[in-house]
Amino acid sequence: MKSPVLWRIVILAGLVILLEVLCVAGVIDKLTMQPPHRILTDLFAMLATGALNKAIAKTLGNALIAFIIAMVVGVTSAIVIHRLRRVRDTLEPLFATYYAIPVFAFYPMLIVLLGLGDAPQIFIGAMLGVVAVIVNTLNGLDRVPGVLLKTARINQMSPVDTALRVTLPCASPYILTGAKLAVAYSLIGIIGAEFIMSSGGMGYEISFAYNNFDNATMYPLILLILLVSISINMMIARWEKVLMARRGLR
Amino acid sequence: MNVTQTAQTLLSNQVSLRKVDKVFSPPGKPADAVHALGPIDLELHHGEFFAVVGPSGCGKSTLLELIAGLSTATSGEVAFEGKPIEGRIPDGVGVVFQEDASFPWLTVSDNIAFGLRRMKLPPGEKARRIEKALAMMGLVPFANSYPAQLSGGMRQRVCIARTLVTEPRLILLDEPFGALDQQTRLLMGDEVLNLWRKTGATVFLITHALDEAAMLADRIGVMSARPGRLIDIVETGWSRDRDSRIVQEEQFGAITARLWRSLRQESMKAIGKIEAAT
Amino acid sequence: MNPQTGQLLRNTLTLIVVVLVAWQALYWVVGDVALRSPLQTLAFAAKFTSTPQFAAHLAETSKAFGLALLLAVVIGLSIGFTLGASRFLSDVFEPMLVALYSIPKITLYPILLLAFGLGMSSKVAFGTIHGVIPIALFTITAVRNVKRVYIKTGHVMGLTPLDMIARIIVPAALPEIFAGLRIGFSLTLIGTLLGEMFASQRGLGFLLMSAIGLHNVDLIMTLTLLLTVFAGTASVVLLALNQRLYARS
Repeated sequence: MKSPVLWRIVILAGLVILLEVLCVAGVIDKLTMQPPHRILTDLFAMLATGALNKAIAKTLGNALIAFIIAMVVGVTSAIVIHRLRRVRDTLEPLFATYYAIPVFAFYPMLIVLLGLGDAPQIFIGAMLGVVAVIVNTLNGLDRVPGVLLKTARINQMSPVDTALRVTLPCASPYILTGAKLAVAYSLIGIIGAEFIMSSGGMGYEISFAYNNFDNATMYPLILLILLVSISINMMIARWEKVLMARRGLR
Repeated sequence: MNVTQTAQTLLSNQVSLRKVDKVFSPPGKPADAVHALGPIDLELHHGEFFAVVGPSGCGKSTLLELIAGLSTATSGEVAFEGKPIEGRIPDGVGVVFQEDASFPWLTVSDNIAFGLRRMKLPPGEKARRIEKALAMMGLVPFANSYPAQLSGGMRQRVCIARTLVTEPRLILLDEPFGALDQQTRLLMGDEVLNLWRKTGATVFLITHALDEAAMLADRIGVMSARPGRLIDIVETGWSRDRDSRIVQEEQFGAITARLWRSLRQESMKAIGKIEAAT
Repeated sequence: MNPQTGQLLRNTLTLIVVVLVAWQALYWVVGDVALRSPLQTLAFAAKFTSTPQFAAHLAETSKAFGLALLLAVVIGLSIGFTLGASRFLSDVFEPMLVALYSIPKITLYPILLLAFGLGMSSKVAFGTIHGVIPIALFTITAVRNVKRVYIKTGHVMGLTPLDMIARIIVPAALPEIFAGLRIGFSLTLIGTLLGEMFASQRGLGFLLMSAIGLHNVDLIMTLTLLLTVFAGTASVVLLALNQRLYARS
């Protein structure tokens, strides 16, 4: 048996079974964690009753908006920054530092500026994701061969047309890498903000459940977030793989 | 020269360069300026096959970029069909580069269609032209393949086909076969001759291979080491329906020998064997 | 100082000036409700950093961050070298690491709290899980990309496996491993701080969280400034070292 995929499935299944056994045998007590099968049945029950559907829709919807903003703003600014060498050099230290800065510290200020609604949360999510998109898009733009840009000029393409039809398609595998990170960061931003200060959403429900020892709500919600982020990630990764294979890379 | 003659030279000259110089000066450092090219005077006649040979670094590619409108001359005038180019890409010019310029995210036929995107053609005409270009370059079986699935020679055909669909009146080739092996190059040479006959376009070829120039061109310009100037123009006198078999003819050897005679000194300058002053 | 480092330093200074100007401008727009000016923040920071209260929280955070970073580096490098050396193992485990890298780890904090309790160990764990994966992933790629011919040369010279790692693989893979460490450093720091915010009652993260809760703008601004200055200084130094390593290879 030499297939890595099969091994991966076996290992994952083994881990889940181990967790199940440990929970059922009482090595991990009920207050700490529910056995995996309970989490799954709780999740189905939760989705079926629809009690938390509003919270789920709010969080995922906001994360989606934050993701779209991060992508649009990120890719556009990367194209602009790429043309301005000085600006880019100046921003390099910021990019290197950015993900060590506790962005959530700006949340109170954003609430004052944008009100108590969804806007400050979306802002945090987009703010976290946008730099990953910029950095990866720049990386992709650096790798566009000069001869393709010359070809665009020979075809008398406008700068916008060149970006849309030559530069961005060429850089697309790298932009997708940024997109994968932006998915995670927009979720982190939204959920983190909901943990800190919010009156709804999955993050709020998770911390509410945690404070009330309500594992039957907390674990299914956490599982749902993990499932959503991993499946979106795998979808983008598959797309990325198709693009790379088409170009004879990897 | 009387008036009619002048008019005729104007008509038959598709490209004309007058006292063209190109100086590269790094911004803020005029002392580091490099005189890359010129002064150059050159006329390309309608429908001729003109090749340029020269030592490496002599500015051959710079010359091509000036004609393509990809860069602007520091002084002098470059005109295409009587109109000055001045750094604008003129209509009716196609370029094939040495590096692979096929778009890896488009299929072969989409790559070819890309050449047509700014032309307003009825869909039927577009499809017809793409079919024709595919057939001409022997790419029909690969129409739906991606460039990564093809060999280097086949990818270069895609780039040539993408230029051909626009039906250019002037085709600029910048060492298009430089990255290919010798045998493939000879065969590609035959195909270029074929295209040149069928399309009636003017072809301007940059190459470092003397035999390639001798086999393909009607006239061959020999360039000096930097700053590149034209030091000789050789007329080959081949008939229009030649092919790669002319390499066995005596005249072929004579042309190649003459090219080398003009170039040897310059090439030695280029690799630093003798000072430019001697 | 090599020219590259000099350039990085100039760029950093430019960036600092730009940020200060933007900050002051934002302050004029927003006003005292939610923001302090750079000068006010500096004044408050100078006062605040000399209090024993700050020293205690700083010590707590330093300890947590140091431990988390140590764990992340040791575990990350071990995973990286093990998986990097074996095509099969990396084929099996690398996609799992990539998937772990992509999940929003912030959602895991209640589980860590339940497993480790409120305090040092859960925030160290939070810091470690943030930092360990990028270190492992970068090391895997770095080790895998060591040129075959170097390894062959080592074999021909009869190096022991340990010598092979110490004298060939590590030096050859160093620039890229270092890039992983650089990112691991940043993420461990933010992980530790997030851990303190949500799963602790001591440390600068906790202080920041309570300042947010009490809407203490002075304290929020000061802590953010201090943390950003620390993270920024460290990142720029690490970036400069990294550029030097890349320039050499």
